[in-house]
Amino acid sequence: MSKKSNQSADGTDLSKKANQSADFGESTKSTENAKTMIEVRDLYKSFKLPNEKASGVKQALTNFAKGVKGYTKQEVLRGINFEIKEGDFFGIVGRNGSGKSTLLKLLSQIYTPDSGSISVNGSLVPFIELGVGFNPELTGRQNVYMNGAMLGFSNKEVDDMYEEIVEFAELHDFMDQKLKNYSSGMQVRLAFSCAIRAKTDILILDEILAVGDEAFQRKCNEYFNMLKKDKKTVVLVTHSMDAVQTYCNKAILIQDGEIIEDKGVQEVAQKYRRLNESEDTEYEEETENELSNNYINLKATATSSEDLINIDINVEELERLEDPLLGFEIISDSNQRVFRWISDEKTKEILDFSKKSKFHFELQNIFPVGKYSLMIVVKSRDRSKTYGTVSPIANFQVKPTNSYQWDTLFHPIEKFEIK
Amino acid sequence: MKIIDKVFSKRNTVLLKQLVVTDFKLRYQDSVLGFAWSMLNPLFTFVVLYFVFDKFFGMGRMAGVEHYPVALLLGIILWNFFSEATSLGMGSIVGQGDLLRKINFPKYIIVISGTISSLINLLLSTVILFIFAVFNGVTFTWRVILLPINFLEMYAFALAIAFILGTLYVKFRDIGHIWGIIIQTWFYGTPIIYPLVMVDGFSHKISQAILLLPPAQIIEDARYNVVAQSYDTVWNYIGNPFIQIIPLLIVLALSVFAVFYFKKNSKYFAEEI
Repeated sequence: MSKKSNQSADGTDLSKKANQSADFGESTKSTENAKTMIEVRDLYKSFKLPNEKASGVKQALTNFAKGVKGYTKQEVLRGINFEIKEGDFFGIVGRNGSGKSTLLKLLSQIYTPDSGSISVNGSLVPFIELGVGFNPELTGRQNVYMNGAMLGFSNKEVDDMYEEIVEFAELHDFMDQKLKNYSSGMQVRLAFSCAIRAKTDILILDEILAVGDEAFQRKCNEYFNMLKKDKKTVVLVTHSMDAVQTYCNKAILIQDGEIIEDKGVQEVAQKYRRLNESEDTEYEEETENELSNNYINLKATATSSEDLINIDINVEELERLEDPLLGFEIISDSNQRVFRWISDEKTKEILDFSKKSKFHFELQNIFPVGKYSLMIVVKSRDRSKTYGTVSPIANFQVKPTNSYQWDTLFHPIEKFEIK
Repeated sequence: MKIIDKVFSKRNTVLLKQLVVTDFKLRYQDSVLGFAWSMLNPLFTFVVLYFVFDKFFGMGRMAGVEHYPVALLLGIILWNFFSEATSLGMGSIVGQGDLLRKINFPKYIIVISGTISSLINLLLSTVILFIFAVFNGVTFTWRVILLPINFLEMYAFALAIAFILGTLYVKFRDIGHIWGIIIQTWFYGTPIIYPLVMVDGFSHKISQAILLLPPAQIIEDARYNVVAQSYDTVWNYIGNPFIQIIPLLIVLALSVFAVFYFKKNSKYFAEEI
């Protein structure tokens, strides 16, 4: 095991990427005919949140006497249905507080459902956290045996795999020291090294990719690839859409205790990304702003949709402006000028704000995902006098769309063919 | 049989062993005398009570009981077990809350592991008791072999209470303090320091009532079996057989209730702690 990891340390990264993309192709394979490992039907779960600190006999008695319940009921999961087949790598995705960790604990039989059913077919080991049962006051060796017991191994079995565990964690010299003297990295290594010994039909993993340095991440990736290769049934909860898209062949997106997307891994990943975007209230779909000074009143609106960005500019002159020009710039959030338009360069028409003062632009939305601001300038045509600069007058953002191109800066391919 | 297999499955026994071992290691690490402390503690209690009540007040001679010091030591180690097992069992679920929130395993293992160290303590203290009894000139009869039955009853009673208290403690932390007071009061309500005959001199009814609670009945039975047959037990002190079995019924009823109560509530420990 450790030999393998050493090899990868000196540069099999590329081949791993190749592996991943191979898995990716494979993952679309249907597992419809496989055995059902986990079946969840109409699952409901709520928690009683105490209003005040009600953990006292007196409080309980007074609440009872007053007829006060002393808690509010919070519905965390509302009617969850899904099925996991043998060999599935099943992703559970959702924003913080969406109920996914509760779902995981229900699957792991740590919590009991209010109603509905969870049937699990086979042995199941949850990793809500690495190193369950680890005690800082015990030595590394003692903790390995404790954790082994948690995973269902007898002392004899742990004896047999002890050397492998230590070697894989690279902690030979530290096993007789107390865990509290370990660095956090060492603790994680030891915990992970124990965890991957688990012999089980179903594995439940919660966010364990989120910790550790690059070398650890690589070991995680290797482990995941191994699980995939061995056709293990895995349930993975994560915020990393990369992990979901790389490993999972099925996924669900949970929001407010309900499944809002379960069609496919790509759809789930996209919808999750969009869900996160829409939380930013700073940038709205449509923004409007105004400017007024001695010369002009100016109003601008920018709206972005999947295909178009609409910009409306309304100019009202307060004193006669001879031969003016209007220009605007679009600036990205990394402060790069993405696009510029100036009236005397792009049109022959002589502007006269007293007659025609409404400008409407439609821009093709070929912008990469991001936030943009709009700057507008009104000057005299000889550039000698500036009547108004607005910076930035309006903002808009380009959101992920159904096309797969959104995460690149350009998508210049017009046509491609395979011969 | 199926239930026994389930309760003592491979994973459960390994877990139980690990929890007990860990508990021991944590409790006695970094102390020079280590485990010896767990026996020195009741021994010192014994020495103090012996000097105050036997040498000073002459309680043993006054009441005319045989081998009073041995009876006192036996009472103390049994009571010590009862008090320790129930207290540790009570805090065990909350103490392992971190574990419960991360992995599913039978919760009763935690409570049992909390009481096992007290049980080991009891057994080792018993060895000391026997050595002491020999020096005190106690003549043993065949009844000594009945002592394990007394221990078993005591363990069942303590475990039942530990299950109930452990469950209550998850919701109401006041129980910790309340139980402390109850244990303290109960100690004086049980014939440990004073021989039962002294109460008899005061009121026969009260001395009979005292014997009906399990710890008193068990301690008196154990004294009868080990120390001398002159000790009063519920069997020779109370004539009515229906009243005689009250202590046993209490243990039985409490055990059954504890199992159901614990089973019903243990499902929600992980979210309530």
